[in-house]
Amino acid sequence: MSEASALRAKFPLLVANPGLHYLDSAATAQLHRSALDAVVAHETGARANVLRGSYRLAEAADRAYEAARQSAARFLNAASADEIVFTGGTTAALNLVAQSFGSLIEPGDRVVISQAEHHSNFVPWQMLRERCGVELALIPVLPDGTLDLACLAQVIDGRTRLVAVTQCSNVTGARTDVAAIAAAARKVGAKVLLDGAQAVQHGPQDVQAMGVDFYAFSGHKCFGPGGIGVLWARAELLAAMPPFHGGGGMIGAVTAEGYTWAEPPRRFEAGTPPIAQAVGLGAALDWMMDLDWVPIHAREGAMCEALIDGLRRIPEVRLLGPEPSSARAPIVSFDIAGLHPHDICQVLDAQGLALRGGHHCAQPLLAALGVEACTRASLALYNDEADVAALLAGIVRAIGVLR
Amino acid sequence: MNGAMSGIDALYQEAIKDYARADHGHGRLDAASAAVRLDNPLCGDRISLQVSLAAGRIVAIAHETKGCLLCRAAASLLGKRGPGLDATGVTATTAALEAILEQRSPPPTDWPELGMFAPAGGHPSRHKCVLLPFRALAQAIQQADAVSPANQGADHREH
Ligand SMILES: Cc1ncc(COP(=O)(O)O)c(C=O)c1O
Repeated sequence: MSEASALRAKFPLLVANPGLHYLDSAATAQLHRSALDAVVAHETGARANVLRGSYRLAEAADRAYEAARQSAARFLNAASADEIVFTGGTTAALNLVAQSFGSLIEPGDRVVISQAEHHSNFVPWQMLRERCGVELALIPVLPDGTLDLACLAQVIDGRTRLVAVTQCSNVTGARTDVAAIAAAARKVGAKVLLDGAQAVQHGPQDVQAMGVDFYAFSGHKCFGPGGIGVLWARAELLAAMPPFHGGGGMIGAVTAEGYTWAEPPRRFEAGTPPIAQAVGLGAALDWMMDLDWVPIHAREGAMCEALIDGLRRIPEVRLLGPEPSSARAPIVSFDIAGLHPHDICQVLDAQGLALRGGHHCAQPLLAALGVEACTRASLALYNDEADVAALLAGIVRAIGVLR
Repeated sequence: MNGAMSGIDALYQEAIKDYARADHGHGRLDAASAAVRLDNPLCGDRISLQVSLAAGRIVAIAHETKGCLLCRAAASLLGKRGPGLDATGVTATTAALEAILEQRSPPPTDWPELGMFAPAGGHPSRHKCVLLPFRALAQAIQQADAVSPANQGADHREH
């Protein structure tokens, strides 16, 4: 059995759909069996609310939830599990930072994002600009979709408080030079937020080594359940940030006159959290931490390169994104002149190929790349050469059907 | 898989591609009674449509449509067959198209061309692509009605 098929055997949906070429892991990665099993085991063996009970079942729920926090901390190499805030996903984590850390930014001070951001790391900052007059500045992109680092010193100026950028583009796969961003931010005393939504499905991260201050990701992007995500932030930042949502769990004490804040991370987890989802995510992260990522990265890179090579041989295809393929996560978007991505994806679907076409929630990036919409293939560890070959043949066939 | 591919051939039958290619009504009007720009924000189909009306009836349609084949074929069909319709006719044709997409009824005898969209019925995510030009036309007619001289006494929305 090949490495990919051994991995596929652990993904119930892929097992149930042997003819499916799933090439949309950038949108949602498939659920690993360990995560599903952990959710079922939790819901059938330890389901109770957290934080509020002293009976044994409630204590078991508390333990499971906090163990998931420990897993997330190890997955990111956080200094402490207290730096892990569970959220509903990347979008919720980014909005938390924009609301809470954002409220500490003075009007006229600057937040820097890039032209390549997903709408989730664009709109919350536009909303902050509307709310309180912070200045929003953009790191432009080069024609290949990578960030124009030559502009960093100019865009990240002395008034910059936060630089919030994606770790990998969800359209071009372009990897951000995080060290360069972090160095430019450090020079002016700005904090760095990394949107890790497209990085976490490719293995554990090291937020300390990367020198960033905030990190956001979603469980459903890394083989875990939906409805759960993580915001990591340095302890001293969380300690200085006001709560975002009010409710149970986030308080020290409440009287008729007012309330006090709980310590982080609880301060940012108002209400009953998605407990079973957190437990499932913890299991997915534990499984990922046990994998040997060196051969997986080699395989993902080889598939990405084969896909790019094959696409280059189809004359109608215009490839988006950086070269060589090692400059990107295994995400390949392309445009076929005269054909709309939705039509392409429809014909591909009829051949058992699941891909996404459209603007991929990155309209400012597509505008910079000069396309309205594009078709995207994204690869994960369960894909293999057969998926790539089927896609290349499928595209040729789609061109035939649609022309 | 073969079944799925023959379904695809029906979805993208020659009539659809011919209409999309012909792009009937492409362009802009010099003097329009109303102009509407509509898009499907999640998929990026976009239409800018203008109509010119006389006595409540469409005398000219022009549109610029960016989108998938289904959306472009629908816009082109309206470019060809839209002139002559009044508001009631647009509503009835749109309802007939919705009925086809929901697989409730065959095309009406006076609009047999709508039948080319029947295979899209099995793809709910594509219904909005087909319907976008019809929605734009309905809005344009409503807008033109609201500002037509006959309505200006009764309706103060003309600005
Ligand atoms: C780069 C990037 N950021 C943010 C998000 C938003 O993630 P979610 O929808 O899970 O909140 C995505 C997912 O599409 C993404 O690719």
